[in-house]
Amino acid sequence: MDSYRVHLTGVGGQGTLLATTVLAEAAILAGHEAVTSEVHGMAQRGGVVESTAMIGPIRSPIISDGEADVLLGFEPVETYRAMRKCSADSVVVSNTVPIVPFSVAIGRGSYPDIEKLFEFIRSQVKQLITLNAQALAEQAGSVLATNTVMLGALAGSNVLPIAKEAFEETIQTKTKKQFVELNLRAFQIGFSSL
Amino acid sequence: MHPLLTEEIGKKLLLLGNEAIVRGALEAGVAFATTYPGTPSSEIGDTFFRIAAESDLYFEYSTNEKVALETAAGASVSGLRTLCSMKHVGLNVAADPLMTLAYVGVRGGMVIITADDPSMFSSQNEQDNRIYARLSNLPMFAPSSVQEAKEMTRAAFEISEALELPVLLRTTTRLSHCRGVVTTDRLQPRNTKGTFKKDSARFVTVPANARVRHKVLLAQSEKAKAMACSSPLNRTAGQGTWGLVTSGIEHNYVADAIRDLGIEDRVKVLKLGFIYPFPDELAANFIGSVEKILVVEELEPVLEENLKVTAQTRGLSVPIAGKGVGRFSRLYEYDPGMVRQVIADYFDIEYTPAKPIDLQDDSGAPALPLRPPNLCAGCPHRAAYYAVKSVLKETGTEAVFPTDIGCYTLGLLPPLQAADFLICMGSSVTSAAGIARATGKKVIAFIGDSTFFHSGITGLVNAVHNKHNFILMVLDNGTTAMTGHQPHPGVEIVPSGWDKPTVSIERIARACGVEQVVVVNPINLAKTKKAVREALDSNKLSVIIAKAPCPLYEKRITGKGRKRGFVVGPECNADCTECIDTFGCPALYKNPDPHGETTMIINENLCIGCGVCVQFCNKIRPRKA
Repeated sequence: MDSYRVHLTGVGGQGTLLATTVLAEAAILAGHEAVTSEVHGMAQRGGVVESTAMIGPIRSPIISDGEADVLLGFEPVETYRAMRKCSADSVVVSNTVPIVPFSVAIGRGSYPDIEKLFEFIRSQVKQLITLNAQALAEQAGSVLATNTVMLGALAGSNVLPIAKEAFEETIQTKTKKQFVELNLRAFQIGFSSL
Repeated sequence: MHPLLTEEIGKKLLLLGNEAIVRGALEAGVAFATTYPGTPSSEIGDTFFRIAAESDLYFEYSTNEKVALETAAGASVSGLRTLCSMKHVGLNVAADPLMTLAYVGVRGGMVIITADDPSMFSSQNEQDNRIYARLSNLPMFAPSSVQEAKEMTRAAFEISEALELPVLLRTTTRLSHCRGVVTTDRLQPRNTKGTFKKDSARFVTVPANARVRHKVLLAQSEKAKAMACSSPLNRTAGQGTWGLVTSGIEHNYVADAIRDLGIEDRVKVLKLGFIYPFPDELAANFIGSVEKILVVEELEPVLEENLKVTAQTRGLSVPIAGKGVGRFSRLYEYDPGMVRQVIADYFDIEYTPAKPIDLQDDSGAPALPLRPPNLCAGCPHRAAYYAVKSVLKETGTEAVFPTDIGCYTLGLLPPLQAADFLICMGSSVTSAAGIARATGKKVIAFIGDSTFFHSGITGLVNAVHNKHNFILMVLDNGTTAMTGHQPHPGVEIVPSGWDKPTVSIERIARACGVEQVVVVNPINLAKTKKAVREALDSNKLSVIIAKAPCPLYEKRITGKGRKRGFVVGPECNADCTECIDTFGCPALYKNPDPHGETTMIINENLCIGCGVCVQFCNKIRPRKA
């Protein structure tokens, strides 16, 4: 395969958009073409935030249903909600830590059993990788680095043709200076967590 | 230095479509930029805002799109290169100046960006602004990629100056918010000092002059058509007999589909970037060179109808189809899989689509909770809505709630449910007048501070003069929060180096002639409720300004973080869930453990310590340090 469609999903505030940009920059550094897309505005304020990164000679910045090669889910219910983007050939990497939606908090709907969600996903796709990215981020120094842990796990899964070093260089050159050390630690912990 | 100000030529930058537009304008020597923020156009203005802080480029957030366009027009007729950006519905607000600016034309190149929003990710409609090009007779460009967004913006300045007409550049959400690699070219020097050469026969559109200028516009439009026919922005590719016509972001879906279906040698593509005036000569040659044509365009059948007119005029009988073929409709955006499928069907190519995992059909799939966006924990809008709804409940009053555009539109959602009517910016004030007059019922309208400046004031003057009777609550959080915390004339908490005067909403309301104007801090529930009660009792037009800064904005500007949070005391152990049933702060949630110590829990990571809940529930208390 010469091209990869990566769908990222999470909840507003989880840093999915920064992770999308770092992924694209790392891909470019590794010699690939890359385009991304993101949705701003209404998607924030605690709502779902979806973005995409295309790696290789793909020009369309969005992914149709069933066409994601990789799904990077920052929250279990959102990973599950994005399953329509996947097919039997997809690889899914998901955080296991829930963020309870407001609808559930006020008693309208319930949060499903996470193990059942993963069981279903596992039965449908080529591979499911799960990790407690929040605990790993705390281990790295801050829960704010959850997004970098997720990127580390994606890199560690070896699904994409992007070397670890390309991610590390991107983190060093393209993320905020005061967080570079934290992010490099978080990336390494995510990378070796699998 | 801002990365877009780099002098380096040939540098590769990963840019957002909107940032590429700014770079293109800088490469064209833009000196003057205006905007009113609106998704998906906002990053254009925000990028200019940062660049203006470290260069001699002039930028302003104008009070609305009409103001932005007219201000830019003034600079442009004085010889400066100008750019004015807005979202699609913003061009409705600016449509009045647009139509006649086309008659008088410009001197310095002027590019107007319209960012459309097919599928309405953050808009109230999905109108296709390509139609504005035809209505105004102005040239329009439609880039397909981030690199093209930069190149076409730069080219638009050249065409604008050559024709002495403003040029429209249309993007959509998917291009504005796409990131791709852009290669830099030379930055042209800026001319920031203009001269206004008087020419009243041209610039003062009394009917006698306008009649002449309309002729000039049509003559320029003919020249523009000739330019479009020979423009490198319009090109054909391939040698096949199956014709595909497309422009904008859709071109990517077409290009990928051709590759995925392996039909490179069977198709010929007409890819349009200079889309208005429609390049009919070029199109006629294309139509004559293929056997059948599929038009791939989102929303309205603009290219399709132009092609059909061109074919009919020249007696060409090649089948041309677009809307209505497979899933191609006038609704919502297209996607790569859909375009691939429709191309395969139309040209009868064997194709097996991807099989998405279906959560609906599988009985083994667990049910999904919804995750709608919500007002943040500690948002003062929630407190204001809560106060209004409490007073209405306590007094047994029914009311209608016209609302407006901003974060506070989320007051629509349960449990607040304080939104009954919304069509456009400023419609709260004016529709309130109509609803109150027609029904004789209590009407409480909500408008944000930035929206009040945008288009609330004229409605308020009208309400005073025509003796309308309703309550207008201005939800003043001191920033244009929804689109990314842009400043507006009423801002009091400002970034460092800010030297603009503050315009008081309270004084405007009084100057409009409203007698009952009160400013309250919505975080103080008792005082806010008192103000609402008094407004209801007075039974006349009144304005309540509920004023408290957006906590996210305040933190960003002042660094002032959260205050000490609150906890639920052990006496919260009955069936009472009133806090989430009526207030609905996202930091408050029901204890998932039915045998837990308390019925409710406050999420300490989300609670910012605004202290509103503690004012209506005595079981909530400050968290111990």
